[in-house]
Amino acid sequence: MRMIDANTMGTPAVTSGAVPAPALKAEARALDFFYGEVQALRKIDLPVWENRVTALIGPSGCGKSTFLRCFNRMHDIGEGRNRYHGEIVFHPDGVDILHRSVDPIEVRMRIGMVFQKPNPFPKSIFENVAYGLRVRGERSRSAIADRVEAALRDASLWDEVGDRLHDMAFNLSGGQQQRLCIARALATSPELLLFDEPTSALDPNATANIEDLINRLKEKVSILIVTHNMQQAARVSDYTAFMYLGELVEFGDTNVVFTNPKKRQTEDYITGRFG
Amino acid sequence: MALEREDLGHHLVQQYNEDLEKLHSGVLDMARLVLAQFDDVIGALERGDADVATRVLRRDVEVNTMEVQLDRESQRILARRQPAAGDLRLIFAVIKTVTDLERIGDQAGHVARAVIEIDPVTLGHPQGSLLHLAGLVRGMLLAATEAFARLDATLALEVVRQDRTVNLEYQAGIRQLLTFIMEDPRTTSSVLQLAWTARALERIGDHAKNIAEYVIYMVHGEDVRYTSADERQRIEAAPADQ
Repeated sequence: MRMIDANTMGTPAVTSGAVPAPALKAEARALDFFYGEVQALRKIDLPVWENRVTALIGPSGCGKSTFLRCFNRMHDIGEGRNRYHGEIVFHPDGVDILHRSVDPIEVRMRIGMVFQKPNPFPKSIFENVAYGLRVRGERSRSAIADRVEAALRDASLWDEVGDRLHDMAFNLSGGQQQRLCIARALATSPELLLFDEPTSALDPNATANIEDLINRLKEKVSILIVTHNMQQAARVSDYTAFMYLGELVEFGDTNVVFTNPKKRQTEDYITGRFG
Repeated sequence: MALEREDLGHHLVQQYNEDLEKLHSGVLDMARLVLAQFDDVIGALERGDADVATRVLRRDVEVNTMEVQLDRESQRILARRQPAAGDLRLIFAVIKTVTDLERIGDQAGHVARAVIEIDPVTLGHPQGSLLHLAGLVRGMLLAATEAFARLDATLALEVVRQDRTVNLEYQAGIRQLLTFIMEDPRTTSSVLQLAWTARALERIGDHAKNIAEYVIYMVHGEDVRYTSADERQRIEAAPADQ
């Protein structure tokens, strides 16, 4: 089996860093993606390291959200016009999550996703978090209650909502709703969390809360985050991948990418230059 | 990804280009002032001119003021622009460089004080032996300034190499000064002033070397302060970035 190593990855310039490489959680291998005839991703090789935050940055249309969504099989909806080539191998079991034999619902139990705008279900706080557990077939009320509390605590929301779990989720503030969505994603104990611009609809305080949360969550899960905010990528991530026109231009230790990137396109993007 | 001189002007935000250009040229203005101080004080040493030495001491406050202004401007850009990559290295190099320039100004002040203290009657002109050292140090300072101006890491590497020559010249100068004391012990006090002067010149060479090292960092992103000559050569010889 070909393994991706941060120091030996081929095509994109890999900037070696001080952080010792942990275990691989997932890896994209020569991943192409097509929206009908339009190729949105080209031969992406990218490691996702366990218990680390990997940020995907790049200008609008570069394919970073498309790439993120591949991890959650979100492109399956598309009346068969969307096509993947290549693999996304999930570790430690080595399963290719893009393979037809793999059930997307099962994938989503193991890989949670948080979106740009908080999207709680029109249900109570409790039911939002319990939803995934019920879908998975959990029947025990006490087990569900325990898991809901744990997920809300992990999402730093318990102290704010513990005494009103049966209020409607829509009564929460925007930042709280986003943390509720994170709790909902955490409830099924995923191994990888995908964040698609999770703070772009939030004010600076709520953003700081989410970033702080991401920093703590990585002790339990691996994290892949798409962000338009480069300072956010610099603040929260251990590794940064810069994408442009559907290709991975550069991947490396965030400390290195933000101080001494190896590629001109990366430098131009993160310093706000026209290339 | 090497930083090039024209990169300073290629940001999407025009004001950012102007901020960085202004900061870069501000360092060069400060370097020019420091070089003028250096030339004045060496001229004063050569001629035993206490008036010029006094003027050098008075102008040191201008050097200090420029350091404060450039630090403040660097802080402002850090706070408002959150620079990254080559821009961040530029700001970092500016903050470090202005500290070294200010210290060169201080060393010029030490030389100025020595010029005022030296008794030309008892001493004659042994200070001539320091002029060669001063010439070498001036060359380093000028080259370091040019390297900063052009973001020229090759020239900066040359400055780093010259430091060794300056150190050897300094040691030779001290040995020569001791012979004056042996010849005539009445010159001890003045010769000691010259020894401090030699020391100040050697320190100015060290500061010029530091600035050259910041230029290499700014251009290539590699910290060469505690690396071997071979390693520095490797960095400079690295293939052009894509």
